[in-house]
Amino acid sequence: MSTNSDTHHDASTYYVPHGSQWPILGSVALFTLMTGVISYLNEWAGGWAFIPGALLLAVMFFGWFSTVIGENEKGMYNLDVDKSFRMGMMWFIISEVMFFAAFFGALFYARELSVPWIGGDGVKIFTKLLLWNDYSPAWPTNGPARVGGHADGSFETIHAFGLPAINTALLLTSGVTITIAHHALRAGNRKVLGTFLAATWLLGFIFVYLQATEYHEAYTELGLKLSTGIYGSTFFMLTGFHGLHVTIGAIMLFVIWARCMKGHFTAQRHFAFEAVAWYWHFVDVVWLILFVFVYWI
Amino acid sequence: MGNAHSAHAGHDDHHGAPSSIWARWVTTTNHKDIGTMYLVFAGAMFLIGGLMAMVIRAELFKPGLQFVDPAFFNSMTTVHALAMIFGGMMPAWTGLANWMIPMQVGAPDMALPRLNNFSFWILPFAWLILVATLFMPGGAPAGGWTLYPPLVLQGGDSLPMAIFAVHLMGASSIMGAINVIVTIMNMRAPGMTLLRMPLFCWTWLITAYLLILVMPVLAGAVTMLLTDHFFGTSFFNAAGGGDPVMFQHIFWFFGHPEVYILILPSFGVVSEILPTFSRKPLFGYESMVYATASIGFLSFIVWAHHMFTTGMPLAGELFFMLTTMLIAVPTGVKVFNWSATMWKGSISFEPPMLWAVSFLFMFTIGGFSGLMLAIAPADFQYHDTYFVVAHFHYVLVPGALFAIIGAVYYWLPKWSGHMYNMSLAKWHFWLSTIFVNVLFFPQHFLGLAGMPRRIPDYSTQFADWNMVSSIGAFGFALSQVLFLVLIWKTVKGGAKATDQVWEGARGLEWNLPSPAPYHTWEKAPAEAAIIQASPTGH
Amino acid sequence: MLRKPGSLSAVAAFVAALAAPAAHAEWGLNMTRGVTQISRDVYSLHMTIFWWCVAIAVFVFGWMVVSLVKFRKSKGAIPDTAMVHSTKAEIIWTVIPVVILVILAVPSARTLIQIDDSSKTQLSIKVTGFQWKWQYDYLDKGVSYFSTLKRDSDAARQMNSGIDVNGVDNYLLDVDNPLVVPVGTKVRVLITAQDVIHAWWVPAFAVKKDAIPGFVNEAWFEVDADKTGTYRGQCTELCGRDHGFMPIVVKAVSKEDFEAWLKAKQDEQKQASLPAPATAG
Ligand code: HEA
Ligand code: HEA
Ligand code: CUA
Ligand SMILES: [Cu+2]
Repeated sequence: MSTNSDTHHDASTYYVPHGSQWPILGSVALFTLMTGVISYLNEWAGGWAFIPGALLLAVMFFGWFSTVIGENEKGMYNLDVDKSFRMGMMWFIISEVMFFAAFFGALFYARELSVPWIGGDGVKIFTKLLLWNDYSPAWPTNGPARVGGHADGSFETIHAFGLPAINTALLLTSGVTITIAHHALRAGNRKVLGTFLAATWLLGFIFVYLQATEYHEAYTELGLKLSTGIYGSTFFMLTGFHGLHVTIGAIMLFVIWARCMKGHFTAQRHFAFEAVAWYWHFVDVVWLILFVFVYWI
Repeated sequence: MGNAHSAHAGHDDHHGAPSSIWARWVTTTNHKDIGTMYLVFAGAMFLIGGLMAMVIRAELFKPGLQFVDPAFFNSMTTVHALAMIFGGMMPAWTGLANWMIPMQVGAPDMALPRLNNFSFWILPFAWLILVATLFMPGGAPAGGWTLYPPLVLQGGDSLPMAIFAVHLMGASSIMGAINVIVTIMNMRAPGMTLLRMPLFCWTWLITAYLLILVMPVLAGAVTMLLTDHFFGTSFFNAAGGGDPVMFQHIFWFFGHPEVYILILPSFGVVSEILPTFSRKPLFGYESMVYATASIGFLSFIVWAHHMFTTGMPLAGELFFMLTTMLIAVPTGVKVFNWSATMWKGSISFEPPMLWAVSFLFMFTIGGFSGLMLAIAPADFQYHDTYFVVAHFHYVLVPGALFAIIGAVYYWLPKWSGHMYNMSLAKWHFWLSTIFVNVLFFPQHFLGLAGMPRRIPDYSTQFADWNMVSSIGAFGFALSQVLFLVLIWKTVKGGAKATDQVWEGARGLEWNLPSPAPYHTWEKAPAEAAIIQASPTGH
Repeated sequence: MLRKPGSLSAVAAFVAALAAPAAHAEWGLNMTRGVTQISRDVYSLHMTIFWWCVAIAVFVFGWMVVSLVKFRKSKGAIPDTAMVHSTKAEIIWTVIPVVILVILAVPSARTLIQIDDSSKTQLSIKVTGFQWKWQYDYLDKGVSYFSTLKRDSDAARQMNSGIDVNGVDNYLLDVDNPLVVPVGTKVRVLITAQDVIHAWWVPAFAVKKDAIPGFVNEAWFEVDADKTGTYRGQCTELCGRDHGFMPIVVKAVSKEDFEAWLKAKQDEQKQASLPAPATAG
């Protein structure tokens, strides 16, 4: 692979790679994945249409990150490169925050504005009188037409202080374990590092598992589905995207754990570790907001 | 000047551009090549978008339906806007950022070169998906570039294609923005303090912040469209407790900052060109920086001025009217600073200056009509008429697009190493400036007289001005052929450009040879050179 | 925008005069004054902002033009490179625009508040947008009907219809059943939609409100007692293929004529034994 022609790069200067085939592969992969999803949604193809793109994407990530890790382990990156990576990760996380903000915005809009308006609040009194006369707004709701839910339109929600509270505890604990792992890394204590990092990704996967059970119950018993009106929409989109992020985060934790096991990272330089830790904390904070506004109040 | 680069000019030789197409263009991580690809791509999209505008103007040339089905007309309007904004303007700015920011801050390349390549190469694929909709049985998206539900959900097979194209373009923009921020914050040469940066870097920095904060929100909004259509969610459906207007809030939370994303880099370009050809430093450099930041901030709290007729409560209308009016203040600061820059200067009218001056006048006209639109009760009359179309084309075409063209005229000699044909350039300028006004000024009258936007046919009372506008449109588009010819000829050959190119130009890029070598600033410029080249001279 | 265009519109008008030998009605330039108090208030707001913009334009453009003429290199201008900053100037050109904006904001806010006040209306009509027609329901009056683009316009607007649209009266701005309202009466319109978003606009009343499926928006107008007549508007929110072909026509008639019309309409609808439309409030 022609990834870098200058392996004897002078580490005192900023490393500028010369040519890389990973981005173009990534673009093709995204294109393949997107056309696959489109074909599936438009019923031009079955679910298999996801596979080629997803595989290509996996190859790309593996290859790209391997290249970067290899370069890093060869000591080609000076501290400025390290700083660029950190800043890049930070701004990436901020963009993720804004993605979630869109869905939280939808949640607050529904709770504070659209649902009361449908119920005739304020300037929208005629909305109730002319269109939805027998609707009395209250959160949670699946709207005046009682969309989705059980056959009679009813549905139940998940109690905050059941599984979700346990999940909160899991994630908070994982926030602690990753911090302990980080301290251990800095102190050069590899054993503690390995143990606590493993605990972190384990907690992450347990979280995902519990979340899956919760979804199962919601679908099979509570009448709470993605299609259960605005409550179901906001509930599943928020928790779903969060769950996706936990899954990705847990995989990333697993990867850096494996790298730790192989002896990667030094007490001073461990960008990848920190990036994953930030990501994990971000996922954690999103969950706390979710717990409060989606499950609790 | 010149010492800094000549020391390592020889060193550049064994680091030249690779010769195979694959290595030079496909896998490249070189900021200049990526910049070139962005610009070429943007140019192609401008042409596609321009062609669609011609379809629109041909159909509107006279009343009655002559050429296209109303549904196709709506597709033209929709894809025209998407192509111009997401395909033309944003990639053009990113291309300019790629070319100029590393050279201006004394960096060897963008901070994250592989990511840079990725953010470019996603784009052609995104557009492949979107353009393919034009050839599908159900047709291309036809709900307007604002993608309002429930109408957009009637889009059939093109809906998921448009949505995923938007996702890809958004991902590309976010990566591009991250690269700009990291380059500016981490790659500046020692001694290049933030307040010694050229304004193009400053305005792009703020633009990049805006991009990172709003592109994901757009992604969220279109994701909700997707799930509403395919997975039964009720975000925009009152029966389930949602609200179609909620989409508009989320969209415009993105959409308003988006229009400043298009215009802020223009402010930067104009702030470079005017001092150069006035032979005088930019007036009020620091206040320009603060004004840019204020505009960026205010852009987040004005979005619902696009929604005055949606039936918002009074308090909301008042709030958004007042905050929108406020934006005139920092924008005014800019206009006044530019005027003061020219005052007591020694002005000459080379092509970049012509475009910048034209920008000044016509952007300001567009700003005035914006202010009129901000007055909510009056907007009840203006909204969704050609008055709005006139407003935004004034800020977008003789505004942002003229700034892009001005930037090309300003930096083309640095890129290509050749001077261009001055008289061809002047013809291009004068024809464009005249025709753009013939094209868009009458649209103010049409709007005030009551012509709604997004209609393929109109009542006969609107016939006269529409015909004028269409003539202007054809003239304007034809004038752009001169530009393409000029660029082609300049790239192929022409008089050798000097390093400084323009007599009054300041900025590190002018310390480099013309054409700029494949790799620049592998060794950082000296602090003395940085100070000398800085906009304020200290 | 009567005077602003100056030489540019002269050029434009000239070009057009060559291309279109005066076949058409008018070179419409400005907003209508309309026939309600609110529409006149809006018109005067519009002209006020417009003239303020002209005044600022004269100042800024004047400044620029003087610079461009006076400080040309070709005329031997020497740049004053020491002129880089002036706190005083910057304060001035921040404060003065703020003052101008306040001057503009006050009457704008006042008009907005008036428009918002829909109390004491005397007649309520529910307006529902459909792809692509309007439905009018006179609430509590048992009158309800659809209003669609008139036949002759509809025939002429088809592609390659061969019909000269200039020969069609009120091409695209006429309907089969207009909305009929009494003058001198505060009429409330309750606007909603069935399928996608539409918008109900009658320029002469300065009323434009979105018709949103699942929600009802309110607006009102009171046509001057002496301004009976026919007022035309269009749907102003993109609503699909035939968005351009769902005009709005309002006939404002005297109160007596209105009562008579309503009576006749009620009888007609009773005879057709249409189910009474859902009514409320
Ligand atoms: C580059 C893009 C750009 C820019 C810079 C602007 C700038 C502004 N825009 Fe514009 N706008 C658009 C692109 C842009 N807009 C687009 C694309 C749409 C339509 C989208 C769609 O619906 O499809 C739109 C629509 C739009 C609307 C909605 C209209 C409607 O749909 O009903 C409004 C309403 O407030 C508005 C206002 C403004 C204002 C107040 C500014 C201000 O920033 C302007 C400020 C500038 C000045 C005022 C001039 C200079 C100032 C001085 C000389 C100082 C002194 C002046 C005074 C004190 C007055 N714009
Ligand atoms: C950047 C944005 C942009 C640009 C440049 C333009 C350019 C033009 N626009 Fe567009 N327009 C929009 C953004 C833009 N527009 C938007 C957002 C809408 C609203 C859509 C909606 O309602 O949903 C719209 C809608 C719109 C309408 C209303 C349609 C309707 O309501 O149905 C009309 C009608 O006349 C129109 C006409 C034109 C014309 C004649 C041009 C001409 O200027 C085109 C001629 C231009 C070219 C031929 C390209 C020239 C450029 C180059 C050659 C540069 C090369 C550059 C490099 C090498 C870097 N546009
Ligand atoms: Cu109905 Cu447009
Ligand atoms: Cu805006």
